[in-house]
Amino acid sequence: MSRPYTPKVLTANALLEGDVVWLDAQGQWTRRMEQAALIEDEATADLHLLDAHARGHEVVGAYLADARPGPKGPEPTHFREDFRTRGPSNYAHGKQEAQ
Amino acid sequence: MYRYSEFDESFVRSRVAQFRAQVARRIDGSLTEDEFKPFRLMNGLYLQLHAYMLRVAIPYGTLNSAQMRQLAMIADAFDKGYGHFTTRQNIQFNWPKLADVPDMLDALADVGMHAIQTSGNTIRNVTADHFAGAVEGEVIDPRPVAELIRQWSTDHPEFQFLPRKFKVAVTGHKDDRAVTAAHDIGLRLVERDGKIGATVLVGGGLGRTPMIGKVLAEFVPLADLLPYLEAVVAVYNLLGRRDNKYKARIKITVHETGIEEIRAQVEAEFAARKPLFSGIDQQMLAAITAQFAPPRFEAGAVGSYETWRAADPVFRAFTDTNVTPHRHPGYAILTVSLKAHGETPGDATSAQMRVLADLAERYAHDELRISHEQNVILPHLPKRHLKAVQEALLAAGLATANVGLVSDIIACPGMDYCALATARSIPVAQGIALRFEALKLEHEIGPLKIKISGCINACGHHHVGHIGILGLDRAGVESYQITLGGDGGPDAVIGERTGPGFAYDRIIPAIERILRAYLTLREGPGETFLDTYRRLGMAPFKAALYDDPEVRADAAA
Ligand code: SF4
Repeated sequence: MSRPYTPKVLTANALLEGDVVWLDAQGQWTRRMEQAALIEDEATADLHLLDAHARGHEVVGAYLADARPGPKGPEPTHFREDFRTRGPSNYAHGKQEAQ
Repeated sequence: MYRYSEFDESFVRSRVAQFRAQVARRIDGSLTEDEFKPFRLMNGLYLQLHAYMLRVAIPYGTLNSAQMRQLAMIADAFDKGYGHFTTRQNIQFNWPKLADVPDMLDALADVGMHAIQTSGNTIRNVTADHFAGAVEGEVIDPRPVAELIRQWSTDHPEFQFLPRKFKVAVTGHKDDRAVTAAHDIGLRLVERDGKIGATVLVGGGLGRTPMIGKVLAEFVPLADLLPYLEAVVAVYNLLGRRDNKYKARIKITVHETGIEEIRAQVEAEFAARKPLFSGIDQQMLAAITAQFAPPRFEAGAVGSYETWRAADPVFRAFTDTNVTPHRHPGYAILTVSLKAHGETPGDATSAQMRVLADLAERYAHDELRISHEQNVILPHLPKRHLKAVQEALLAAGLATANVGLVSDIIACPGMDYCALATARSIPVAQGIALRFEALKLEHEIGPLKIKISGCINACGHHHVGHIGILGLDRAGVESYQITLGGDGGPDAVIGERTGPGFAYDRIIPAIERILRAYLTLREGPGETFLDTYRRLGMAPFKAALYDDPEVRADAAA
């Protein structure tokens, strides 16, 4: 039996601002992780990744990151991805500025 | 101070114009990221965790007030009103937008600054002693040599695609504030029989495989220095491994080839290259040296300095920690700490940059330095102005009297900014500084260098910290490894690991246990932490760190 697939989100940095974006269910880039599409199977994930690479004029450095479902939407499982949803810890800059 | 020549000016301008076109083509979709990335890196532009980051070179850490003001302007116009000074004597802007970067580079060019060779496999920004030309007991100001190397290496056709990046540091003082032993090439300018030359160290470096540089040549006369350096880099260019990024630095080449063999090859190469140097390099050096002529020092610069010190304990404490003796009577070298307790090491707001620029212009011969310890220096300050300067710094939140103490911590940006990081460093530095400030133990503990890196690349120089802290990712949790006994001075030493690491919320108490142990163990206030460690070794500190069973469980976690 194959191992169960760890759900993923597709994430990257926006080309112009460099800030973190995630792919949502409509195929748009969102700046809030909870609005991202949680991808539950490997085939879909790979397709999305290919698609993101083809959209290199919108985003840079697309990759799949582990995530889990949460009450508001997908949540990070690793601290690095968690920091990416907020911004740095020394100033209220980045995404937390707007929150 | 060195002024850009017309050649530098037109070179930098044409690079900015090229990059402007490249950015436009990236944005309109004609360049892919793979095509664009080498161009942006060549111009100091990185993509970090939350945004782009622009790294600007400050050659040998020397700035004038106009340049500092321009950095403040850039911080306000294109960033979030601050800049981060790094351990490579550079400044980084953490929030530029891609489309703005060419304008930022043009604004830098307006004051003779640029971001060239701050990345890539080239010879990087040459660093030098931040007290150069000012400190007592210096053999010679190392900056003309650093500038000569900068001019020689900038766009050097042979050395644009080295196996890996290449860092050079120069000092002209026996105290070696430039950490020369931790560089690909370290130059220590010395005098022998009335002649100036360099002891050349090679193969030092921190990172994944930390190594202390080895002496390649005891004495290379100044007239032979450039051909000799060219020979070293050429030998490395040929022998350096290109098959494995982790084995590509010259320290590995030296390690694998052996210093004797490297020396023999360098000498052969040097013999071949020396005749090709027509002496123009020496004319250049003479011209550069003239530009670094010391300012016209004033007589009677001391003023009421001693009276103020006697009368005002705050002023006395400030000058005790932040002033270094200057070579000219009545002058001080003032280190302005960018380590106010709880603030981010190395960060300055645009308002603070302007205050520093004003003070330099008004009182201190218009010169500023950035140290690899992430502080700002007024290298030539008449003591009669120290009171006014201290008051202005106080008002700007820049008068922290902690230079060389527990809270004067070097910390790399870590996972708050850096895409390569495995853990955060800034909040650890902030936490340690606040803790010891609350305990009021800083002055009791005395001289101490704590250095923190957010990954094995060691930009925070943790290996040469008296206490080094390395942030790692251990099974998805931030974990901090401690090393003790490192030293970046003339007899550089790599610190030794204490044992298992500590979680994010356990690292500050761990540092506190080490320092409380030191206070108990030392022979008296005159014995520094490093001396105590050298006398007693690791054992008592290890005991203090791990012997408590509860702690052991924590550390193992
Ligand atoms: S040490 Fe690592 S985390 Fe810190 S700045 Fe260097 S690469 Fe980034």
